[in-house]
Amino acid sequence: MIAPTTPRKDMVMFIVFAIAILTLPIWMAPLGGSYPDLLQKFAIFGLFAVGFNILFGLTGYLSFGHAAFLGVGSYTAVWSFKLLSMNILPAIFFGMITSGLFALIIGYVSLRRSGIYFSILTLAFAQMSYNLAYSVLTPITYGETGLQLAQYDPRILDAQATVEGGGIPLTNLFGLEMQGWPGFYFCAVVLIIGFYIAMRITRSPFGMMLLAVKSNQNRMNYTGLNTRPYTLAAFVISGIYAGLAGSLMAVTDPLAGAERMQWTASGEVVLMTILGGVGTLLGPVLGAAIIKYFENIFSAINESVLHAFFGFLPDFIENGLVNVASLFVGKGWHLTLGVLFMVMVIFLPGGVIEAYDRIRKRFFSKETRSSAAPQAGDD
Amino acid sequence: MKILEVSNVNKRFGGLQALDDVNLTVEQGHVHAIIGPNGAGKSTLLNCFVGRLMPDTGSVIFDGTSLLGLAPHEINQTGVSRVFQTPEIFEDLSLLDNLMIPALAKRDGAFTLNAWGRVDQDAEIRDQAEHMLEDVGLQDKRHLQSGTMSRGDKRRLELAMCLVQNPKLLLLDEPTAGMSRADTNNTIDLLKKIGERGITKVIIEHDMHVVFSLANRVSVLAQGHVIAEGTPEEMKEDQRVKDAYLGAGHE
Ligand SMILES: Nc1ncnc2c1ncn2[C@@H]1O[C@H](COP(=O)(O)OP(=O)(O)OP(=O)(O)O)[C@@H](O)[C@H]1O
Ligand SMILES: [Mg+2]
Repeated sequence: MIAPTTPRKDMVMFIVFAIAILTLPIWMAPLGGSYPDLLQKFAIFGLFAVGFNILFGLTGYLSFGHAAFLGVGSYTAVWSFKLLSMNILPAIFFGMITSGLFALIIGYVSLRRSGIYFSILTLAFAQMSYNLAYSVLTPITYGETGLQLAQYDPRILDAQATVEGGGIPLTNLFGLEMQGWPGFYFCAVVLIIGFYIAMRITRSPFGMMLLAVKSNQNRMNYTGLNTRPYTLAAFVISGIYAGLAGSLMAVTDPLAGAERMQWTASGEVVLMTILGGVGTLLGPVLGAAIIKYFENIFSAINESVLHAFFGFLPDFIENGLVNVASLFVGKGWHLTLGVLFMVMVIFLPGGVIEAYDRIRKRFFSKETRSSAAPQAGDD
Repeated sequence: MKILEVSNVNKRFGGLQALDDVNLTVEQGHVHAIIGPNGAGKSTLLNCFVGRLMPDTGSVIFDGTSLLGLAPHEINQTGVSRVFQTPEIFEDLSLLDNLMIPALAKRDGAFTLNAWGRVDQDAEIRDQAEHMLEDVGLQDKRHLQSGTMSRGDKRRLELAMCLVQNPKLLLLDEPTAGMSRADTNNTIDLLKKIGERGITKVIIEHDMHVVFSLANRVSVLAQGHVIAEGTPEEMKEDQRVKDAYLGAGHE
């Protein structure tokens, strides 16, 4: 059975989601994660993953190049700060527009193929963008140094002229500076809006067609539907989400570098989505939060922390354990991520959401245990 | 009135002449059966109607428009639906979704960017889907994932997916293969019922019981060639037809 969704169930889920996001600073405190830098990352990467899931989760097309759109969003936003205004709204607006156009071009070409060939094409495009940003387009991207703000940027829309010796103004929303908690709350509100839109898309006729693409393109064509514009629209929408996430990165920290476009960044959003639960609404946000949370913890651990941890053991065992464990922490945190990911894909391919569903089924509803088919967007 | 006119269609696969100068006319409102031994080219012929294959030569005119060179979705939008020899359904989705998709395609066209309204609140489409499920007797399974059903049920679902579009021409490739006798009879009844709506049907069938219950005309295909055509009764007695089947060692 596929449990049908209702507007009411969705509304409940949405309200719970919104409250959970807005109260993150409170309930993350006991987990040691209640500071704006980290929670901002939850929101920004959550948004990135929610958008990515519209493509990957609904149509099944696995892009390995979405970091390119993230980077384009960041660069555009920083340029908007430099040329137009430190107000974040134009920066976000142009970040979304340019990444959308970029996605239109890359999507148009890449979607001529499907499966692994599509993935490789997107990967190739993203690596090309990375290399362009790193070297060829240096006048626009400032290559290795990265694009930064300068005191004498034109900022033609900002009323007051740059004050001599006044430093670089901060990014702001009509005067409200986007540092610290206001920065987090702004990103959180954008995530909530982005989540709501993704939910509407998933439940719409358009969303249903995207699921049909994933299920059987052949039948879709013989049913009178043109699959190409559907996949392209999904690609562009998810590219715009990525661009939005990229511009939010620039909003909270106004600089942009080529490394944001690297394949590791593209791979990370794939991991987030799968870890949380592909094709579900909440999964991608959860996956993003889990990865960013553990990244934060594991990359902060260094050898002295490990020595303190294993200190009660005899020296030779302690040193041995520290040597092994240190591979997995600090800069080696990606190794932990890799292991976590493998375990997850092998034992729980449906991600955290599937784990939750299984637990809930086992303990709460004995009568509906029979045949559970996962459905996109099922919470 | 002729609704489908197939003239001089040839199709080669390497050294194999799969279709050899096929001519066929289907009258509006008729049920036209195509029979013939395995490998005769029956499915290949249907593939040429729906844009899956491009014939080497010849023409296929449906309701005044040439179908050759059109994409599959464009052909469907002119009013041609097809049931495949192996059921093609949306296996990951519920039966209800499987029917709402073709209903939406019929009403809203090949592409619409309606990304805001809730599809499950679209009463018109939902009603069409539910009614169609009732007509094929699958209403109790409407929330089931379609891929988990038996092959016979999948066939019925696929047929319903075509019927919900109310096509002008319905192409059926062995719609009862793999069905029990009872299911076969249900399908015959269903096809008879939709015959009253005036849907023209081209039906490929091995089961003579089905052919004799439904068809107005029968064309016999053997080795890519139409060797005989007539009423079912005429074909039953035709020596060429008996030879073709016996020669190929079938039936
Ligand atoms: N795409 C293809 N490429 C190469 N050969 C093909 C292709 N499609 C069909 N054939 C060959 O063409 C011939 C006719 O096949 P077709 O599927 O049309 O037969 P059929 O009359 O539908 O038979 P059956 O009753 O078994 O379904 C067969 O010999 C088949 O192997
Ligand atoms: Mg066949």
